[in-house]
Amino acid sequence: MARTSDTIESGAVVHGAARSQRPRSLRVRFGNLLSFRWAAAALILIGWFVYYPIVDNFIVSTTDQDIYTGEVTNVGLANYDRLLHDPVVLLALWNNCLYAIISVVFQVFGAFLLAAIIEDLRSERWRRLWRAVYFVPSAISITVTGLLFYFIYQPQIGLLDAVLSRAGLSQFVMPWLGNEHTAIYAIIAMSQWQGFGYSTLLFAIAIQKIPRDLYDAATIDGAGPLRRLWSITFPLTREMTGLMIIVTITGAFQVFNEVMVMTAGGPNNSSQVLGTWLYQKAFIEDNFGYGAAIAAVIFVLTMLTGAAQLWYTKRRRVQL
Amino acid sequence: MSATVAVGRARHVNLWSVIARTSLYSFLVCLGVVVIYPLIWMALSGFKDNAQIFGDPFALPAHWSWNNYVQAWNQGVRGYVTVSVLVTVASAICTVLISAWTAFGLTRTRMPAKPLVVAIVLGGLMLSPTVAIIPLVKMLQALGLYNTYWALIILYTAFRVPFTTFLIRAYMLDLPSDLDEAATMDGASEGQIFWRITLPLCRPIIISCVILHVLFAWNEYLFAMIFTSGSDVQTLPVGLTSIMATHGTNYAVVFAAMTISALPIVIVFFAAQRYFIRGLSEGIGK
Repeated sequence: MARTSDTIESGAVVHGAARSQRPRSLRVRFGNLLSFRWAAAALILIGWFVYYPIVDNFIVSTTDQDIYTGEVTNVGLANYDRLLHDPVVLLALWNNCLYAIISVVFQVFGAFLLAAIIEDLRSERWRRLWRAVYFVPSAISITVTGLLFYFIYQPQIGLLDAVLSRAGLSQFVMPWLGNEHTAIYAIIAMSQWQGFGYSTLLFAIAIQKIPRDLYDAATIDGAGPLRRLWSITFPLTREMTGLMIIVTITGAFQVFNEVMVMTAGGPNNSSQVLGTWLYQKAFIEDNFGYGAAIAAVIFVLTMLTGAAQLWYTKRRRVQL
Repeated sequence: MSATVAVGRARHVNLWSVIARTSLYSFLVCLGVVVIYPLIWMALSGFKDNAQIFGDPFALPAHWSWNNYVQAWNQGVRGYVTVSVLVTVASAICTVLISAWTAFGLTRTRMPAKPLVVAIVLGGLMLSPTVAIIPLVKMLQALGLYNTYWALIILYTAFRVPFTTFLIRAYMLDLPSDLDEAATMDGASEGQIFWRITLPLCRPIIISCVILHVLFAWNEYLFAMIFTSGSDVQTLPVGLTSIMATHGTNYAVVFAAMTISALPIVIVFFAAQRYFIRGLSEGIGK
C-alpha cells in the first residue's frame, strides 16, 4: 500500500527523472512537508486554544476543586448527576429553547419577508438605504444595546413605558426586566431588535443572486408579487433559509452577553440561560467542575446543530 | 367592449397595488423608526442632565452641552478606547496574516494531507468560546497571560482564524493560478509568490476580512469580561459595564459613554459597507 502510493507520488511529481529517483523523491517529499509552515501558525493556535480546551473541559467536569486549598478531587460523573437534578438548569434550557423559537420566527422568516419586500423596491438607492438602516443595531456592541434596553425598559426613565402610557395602555406599564414573567421575553425582544437586520442583509444578498429574468418571465405570465414570492424567491433561497435556521438555533444555545448585561439571570433566576448559569456557577460560586459540566451540555447541543448544518450543506452539494 | 373591461380591470389592479405599496412603505418606515429612534434617544440623552432624563423621555435636550461626553471621556472612556483600538488592530493583523498564510498553503502549495488540515481549521468554526471558557481561564493563568492585552489578542486570533481562513481560501480558489505558475518557472520561491503575487491579488477579500474582524473584536464581551480585571486593560464593552457600576446614578454620563463607544463602529460600517457585504456574500456563497 505505502509503496504504491510512494511510486505514484514520485512518478507524478518528478517527471521521468528515473536516474536518481529515490533521493530526489525524498527531497520532494521533504519540500512538501516544508509547505506545512504556511498552516503551522493556524494549526498550533487552533489546536492549543480552541480544540484542547474542549477536551480539557470534559476532564474538569469530572473533578471538584477546593478553591481554598487548590486541591482537585476526582468525582466521576457526580457533577452531571447534580445537573440532572438542578431545577435552574431545566429552566435555563427552556429559556434557551424560547430564544431559539422566537429568533427563528423573527430572524429567519421575518427577515426573509422583509428582505423580499426590500429587494422588490424599484430604486436601488432605497434598497441600499433600508438594508443599511436595519443593519445598524447589528454593528453595535451587544453591551451598548443591552444597556440601552436596560434603560428603555426602566419604568422611571424608559421609552417603552412612556410609549405605552401615552397610547392608553397604562395597564401594561411595568418594570419589564424586574418582573419574573417578562424578563426573559424583554431580553429576547431586544435580541430580535438587534439581530434581524443582519439576517435581512444575508437574505437580501441571497435574493440578489436569483437571475432577474425568472421574475420578468413570471410577470409576463401574469404572476403577481405574492405568487412570485412563493414560487420563485422562497424555493430559490431555501438553502439559505435552512442554513439560517441552524445558525440561529446554534446561536440561541450559546446566548450569554445580553442576559448578562441586562439581568445577569435575575430576578430570582427567571431569565437564566445555560451560558449565564455556567458563569454564575464557575466564576461567582467558584465551582469549576459544575460549570464545566454545564459547558459540556452546551457543547453537545451545539455539536448536534453543527452536525445538522454539515449534513444540510453536504446534501446541498449532492443536489447541485 | 372587451377593451373597456380590460381598462377597468387595470384600474382596479392599480388601486390595490397602490394600497399595497403604501402600506408596505409605511411598514418599512415604521420599522426604521423602531430601529433608529432608540439610538437617537441614546445620543440625545447624553446631552441632557439627570433631572431632564427623569422628565419627559421624548423631549429634546434643554441646552446642548458636551459636558457629559467630556466627563465620560475623561473618566475612563479614553483608556477603554485605547485598549480597544490596540486589541482590535493587533488581533486583526494577526488573524488576517495567519489566515492568508493558511489559505495560501491550502490552495497554492503541495502541502500533504490538505483535506485533513481543512477539516481541522474549519472544524474550529463549530466550537464556541462559551464551552472553552473554564479551561482557558486555567490555561491563561498558568501562562501568566491573565489580565493582559495578550490574552485577548491571542484568543480573538485563535477563534477567528477558522472563519477568516474559510473566506480567504474560497477567494484564492477562484483566483487564476497562471501568474504564480509563471513566477515558479522564473524561479520564484513560495514566499515571494505569496507576498508579491497572491496577497496583492487578494486585497478585496482581505479588506472585507479586516472589517468583519474589527466588528467582532470591537464588540466582543465574554472573553474581555473574564480575562481582564484591571481597568487599564479593559476594552470598551467591559469598561461600559464598569462605568455603569460606578456612575450608576448619573445616567447622562453613561448614555454619553455608550454613544461614544457605538459611534466609531457605525461610522466604520457605513464607510466600508461595500467590503463588508462582499465578505458576507463570499461567506455564504460557498
